[in-house]
Parts: sequence; structure tokens; C-alpha cells
Amino acid sequence: MKHIISLLMENEAGALSRVAGLFSARAYNIESLTVAPTEDATLSRMTIVTSGSDEVIEQIIKQLNKLVDVVKVLDLNDGRYIERELMLVKVKATGALREEMKRMCDIFRGRIIDVADGSYTIELTGAGTKLDAFLEALDKSVILETVRTGASGIGRGDRILKI
Amino acid sequence: MDDATTNAPTAEITGAEILIRCLQEENVKFVFGYPGGAVLNIYDAIFSQDHFKHVLVRHEQAAVHAADAYSRATGSVGVALVTSGPGATNAVTGIATAYMDSIPLVVISGQVPTPAIGMDAFQEVDMVGITRPCVKHNFLVKDIRDIASTIKKAFYIASTGRPGPVVVDIPKDITAEKAEFIYPKSVEMRSYNPVLKGHTGQIKKAVNLILGAKRPMLYTGGGVVLGDAAAELAKLTRKLGFPITNTLMGLGGYPATDSQHLGMLGMHGTYEANMAMQDCDVLIAIGARFDDRVIGNPDHFFNKNRTIIHIDVDPSSISKRVKVDVPIVGHVQSVLAEMNELLDAEKTKPDANALKAWWAQIDAWRGRNCLGYDRNSAIIKPQYVVEKLWEATKGDAFVTSDVGQHQMWAAQYYKFDKPRRWLNSGGLGTMGVGLPYAMGAQLAFPDAQVACITGEGSIQMNIQELSTCKQFHIPIKIILLNNRYLGMVRQWQEFFYGNRYSESYMDSLPDFVKLAESYGHVGMNIENPADVEGALKEAFSPQLKERLVFMNFLTDQKENVFPMVPNGKGLSEMILAEEL
Repeated sequence: MKHIISLLMENEAGALSRVAGLFSARAYNIESLTVAPTEDATLSRMTIVTSGSDEVIEQIIKQLNKLVDVVKVLDLNDGRYIERELMLVKVKATGALREEMKRMCDIFRGRIIDVADGSYTIELTGAGTKLDAFLEALDKSVILETVRTGASGIGRGDRILKI
Repeated sequence: MDDATTNAPTAEITGAEILIRCLQEENVKFVFGYPGGAVLNIYDAIFSQDHFKHVLVRHEQAAVHAADAYSRATGSVGVALVTSGPGATNAVTGIATAYMDSIPLVVISGQVPTPAIGMDAFQEVDMVGITRPCVKHNFLVKDIRDIASTIKKAFYIASTGRPGPVVVDIPKDITAEKAEFIYPKSVEMRSYNPVLKGHTGQIKKAVNLILGAKRPMLYTGGGVVLGDAAAELAKLTRKLGFPITNTLMGLGGYPATDSQHLGMLGMHGTYEANMAMQDCDVLIAIGARFDDRVIGNPDHFFNKNRTIIHIDVDPSSISKRVKVDVPIVGHVQSVLAEMNELLDAEKTKPDANALKAWWAQIDAWRGRNCLGYDRNSAIIKPQYVVEKLWEATKGDAFVTSDVGQHQMWAAQYYKFDKPRRWLNSGGLGTMGVGLPYAMGAQLAFPDAQVACITGEGSIQMNIQELSTCKQFHIPIKIILLNNRYLGMVRQWQEFFYGNRYSESYMDSLPDFVKLAESYGHVGMNIENPADVEGALKEAFSPQLKERLVFMNFLTDQKENVFPMVPNGKGLSEMILAEEL
């Protein structure tokens, strides 16, 4: 099952590679991984999307906690959470496609952020499944380029990951 | 980090001198190392200090192994010092060995000067990157003001929680700069807070299960030895009257000569230990991690229902390979002490009738005499040498081994009654540790008997250390069980590869006696069973107490290690010697 794991770690050189190295050394799946400093510059917040059986996820959480640089780990799937991902898609926009792409973008509540002679660049945010759905809704031949940030996650309401 | 200092700030000293002062603050007695360009400043500072002894090895791998052994034997943090590049990479096998067996080490490596990092400089290697997967933690010191706090953290991280090696990589320019020496009194890290005490509710739950057990089994590992919990374990075991087994890493954690001890378990464990492990109804795992060499095929292991209690300081060791019913995360010593207290206050006692029946079953298994071997052989049997070594040293030696058949025979036939006496590479299985391990143990305990049980394959992986032993007068006794084969490889080839002995024959061996003598040591060839006892007595006699004795025992080439759980088989599906 897919899990979104959030963690806070010391914002130190090499910290990211400790996490990435752990996943590859122990053959854990890693669907996406995003990291950036928090409002407290000494801390980085990381969101890891992974999948595995309950036992594997339990081990992943334990192994992450074991890393000396890791301050806190939270499996967002243990409660209610919000997941968001940003995607930029460059699509063909010639002839009839110009109107069609605009309409698709509106349906998915995206924004066209760059307009060129033959293409649009669409910005779309949402859960990973929504971004997937958008890509599926388009004909493959019109997609020129895709870039996704990977998911960021945060707990709902009182679920706060902070030290 | 606490700003309080143990020393008033002094005049500015070099980074190298700061490092030396840090080691002094940590009460380091020995540093095992090898100089080189990137650590010249540090070696210059070592030249004018007498707080610790520097032991110059002949290869950096041996420096780390010796520091590792020093730690295994004493319980203190071992320290090794190597230069950048090849010095650092040579140390990696030693570091990985310590990591797999959870041995607290601080390994200091030199690094090229800060401006040269990333420039493919001479003797540059990304030590922090290379060692990341085989250390508990590592540091690159980028500012002279961080040396003291980093070393403080390194010792703290290495020795607390589940111990392990910590690498501190220090660029050369940092050791030449000057700064004040301020050593922090204590360490606080928001990201590192090892659990100490077990959860009392869980411990109570465990005690209730223990008291209700009909066929209980204590399965204890290296955590008992490393956690200095042997006394608490002995108290618990005797109070309960339960059978107990040790893993390879746990030998000595409970006296092997005691009647409740079933011997080692696992791939080459005793019949009775493995059968009891498989058949028990309540399994109490203490500082052990259910590794693949211990429980055999996990599916087979779970053909039987049993309740598992698992005590370990590392939460990630729990439910990693097997699902457990009552996990207890905590320092083994403190959990066992709490368990003992609860049991003392408890009115219910273990079920005497059930235990009696269980012991009757165990005694029947013991009746198979699984460690029997041909005592009338005209060729020296390796098992016999180990038994006679045990007698000659009155069971009180520090015994190191390398990896292979001799390691298993040492584990099976030398009955360890005390913890920290058995030093071997259990997890990584590193050939070549035996000699440097013996050096580390002997330096820690100069008056003790130290024996290195080895094979002709393993000993040649670090044989250059005979020179270190000469320089530092390290009078270890090397027990070479020489069968002219990479014995364990040969055994597997015999059983599973149709007797195709691919590259397992050791041709062109040196004359070990002459070799030992060339280093100024004593060499002995022993070829007849009748000479084994006398030779061992001589080697451990007061006359040779100050000498390194290299004993080359020509042993049976065809001897195999039994019992054996073949790869992929269940724990109770052992091959016994008698069945062949």
C-alpha cells in the first residue's frame, strides 16, 4: 500500500543522501522524495512517497528514526492528511488544440503560465491521482514535456509535525 | 551542546592538538593507526604526548580490527586513526565488521585540505560517502571550532543506544589551524535520544507469559554481552530454571559449562538448542536479532506456534525478520533487572511439572551427542585441538577467531563462561580479523591468555601483523587449524556442489614455523594427535608467556562442521555427523 512519510531532519550536508542511501541499501521502494528547509533554517522537511506491506512500512519508519540526523518521523497515512503536488506540463497548442487545451486546463483548475506559438505550459496542483488523471485525459501525442515535484504532505487539523 | 567546559579555555592550539586533547578527555588508552600525508599534523601532535599509546599496525584494516577487539574485550570505545584515500578505504572492512556486530568505535580519518576537496586531489576519497552505509554515523569536520564538539558527539553516539562505529573525517588544513580548546561536558542532540528503560507494562506482560510457559526457551545474543547484562541474565535464568542458548555473538553471555546451557544455536548450533528453539511455546529473545544464520528458513520456523517476547535496545531489530508478540525496547541490562524484580515479587512460580517434562525432552535431544567426533583418529581432529586449548587455558582465555570452519569449532568446543572473552566477526564474517583481534585483546589485558584460533586461509589475510606483534611485544598464541583447504567453502562444495572443489585448495602455503621465526616469534609444527596437548601446555607455559607462539596444527582435511542446517532448510532439519 502507498504511504506518505513526513520527516524533519537536521539541515546538514549529506542528510538527504543518508535517507536516499537507506532506501536503496534496504531495497525499499521510493516513488518520490521532496525536501526543503522549513521556517526554522536548521531543519529540513522531507516528504517520501513509498509503498510496501505493513511490515515493510514499519521497518522504514524505524530505520528512518534510527538515522542520527532525523529528528521526527510521521506516517501521514496513520491519520487524516492533505497531499499536494505541483506539475508543469507543456502541451501542443496548435489549431483546434489551442482551444481544447485551454478547456482541459480549466476543467482541472490548472493555469496556463506560458503561451508560445505552438505550445502552452500548464501549471496544475493537487493530489498525485489528480495529476495522473489530467495526464490520462490528454492524448499522449499532445504532451511535449512533464515535470512533477513529487508529493508534499501535511496532517489535517491538529496533526502537526514540529519540534 | 552544553557550553560548560571541563577545561578553562586555554591559549590557542592547533586542530591536531585539540584532537589529542579530546582523546585524552575521553580517557583513550590506545589508538591503533597508520600515518600518512593527511594526518601528519595529528601524528606530530601524537609525538609529543604520552596520554595514550599509539600502536602502529601494518595495514589500516588491522588498525580498525584491533580497536574493535579492544572494545569487545573491555567495553570501552575503540579508536583508530588512518590517513586519507587508501588509508581510509583500507579501514572500511574494519568499520563494516564493527558495524555488523554493533561495536562502538571512533575512527578518525585524515582528509585532503578543505580547498582540495572535490578536486580529485592526491589520496582523496569521499570517506563520508563511502562509509555512510556501514557506520552508525559519520562527520566531516569543516571548521576547527567543531573538532571538540564533533569528537564528543562521536564518542557519545558510538557508545550509547545500539552501539556502532562513528567516522570523523578531518581535512588536513583544519588540523594545522589554531583555536581555543573547549571540550563540552555533555552532549544533547535533539535528533538522537536512545531509549534506555523498557516499558514497564510490556515487561509485566512478558513476565506473565513467562510464568505460564510450558516449554520456554531463552534465546540470547550479542546484546547481552555488549549491554553488560550477563549477571542479570544468569540471575533470571537460574531463577526460572529455563533452558538457554546463545547465538554466536552471545557466547559467554551465560556460562557454557552450566547445565541449563544448551550450547550455541543456529546453522552450526547444537541439536538440542535448535530443537528446543523450534519446539518451544514461549521464546524469550534477549539482545538477539533472529538473523538468517540463526533461525534457518523463516517459513519453516513459523510452522510451529509460539509466543515471542523480544527485548532489544534497537527498535528496528524488533519485527524485522519475525513478527513478535511482546516487543520490549530498552537496554537489556535494565529490562532484565526489572524483570528479575517483578519475578521476585511474584507469588506464581514457573510450572514445575511442565518444565520437568520439557527438560526430559531436552535431555533426550542431548542424548544424540551432536558434537561427538572420532577421538581415535590418527590425524589431528580440529575439535580435539579446541578442546585441549580449553583445558590448557582452564577455559579462561580470550579467544579470537577468523571466519570459517575453525570459527565454528571454536564456538562449539571452547566453553565460554564469561562475557567479552569470545571475539569474532559474527555479522560480516570477515576473514583476517583473528590476529588483529588478538592484538587488541592482549594490549587491553597484558596478563591474560589470548588465543587466536584461525585457518591457513584467514591468517594470511592479515599475517603482516606478526610484525606489529614483534614491535609491541604482544605475546598472543596462534592456533592454526591447518587443513590446506578453505574449509567451509570446501564443506559446501562437498555437500551442495558435487565435490567440485573450485579454488578452495590452498596450495603453496608458507612454512609457518619459519615465517613466525623470521618475525622473532616461536613457531611449532604439530602433526600427531599425541602431541597436541603437550604443545599447547608448552605454548601457555610461563616460559613462553612473553612470546608469541605460532602453532601450526596439521588437521584432518576432510573434517566437516556438524550439526549443519543447510541453506533454506528449517532449524530442526539438521544434518548430523552420525547420519553420514
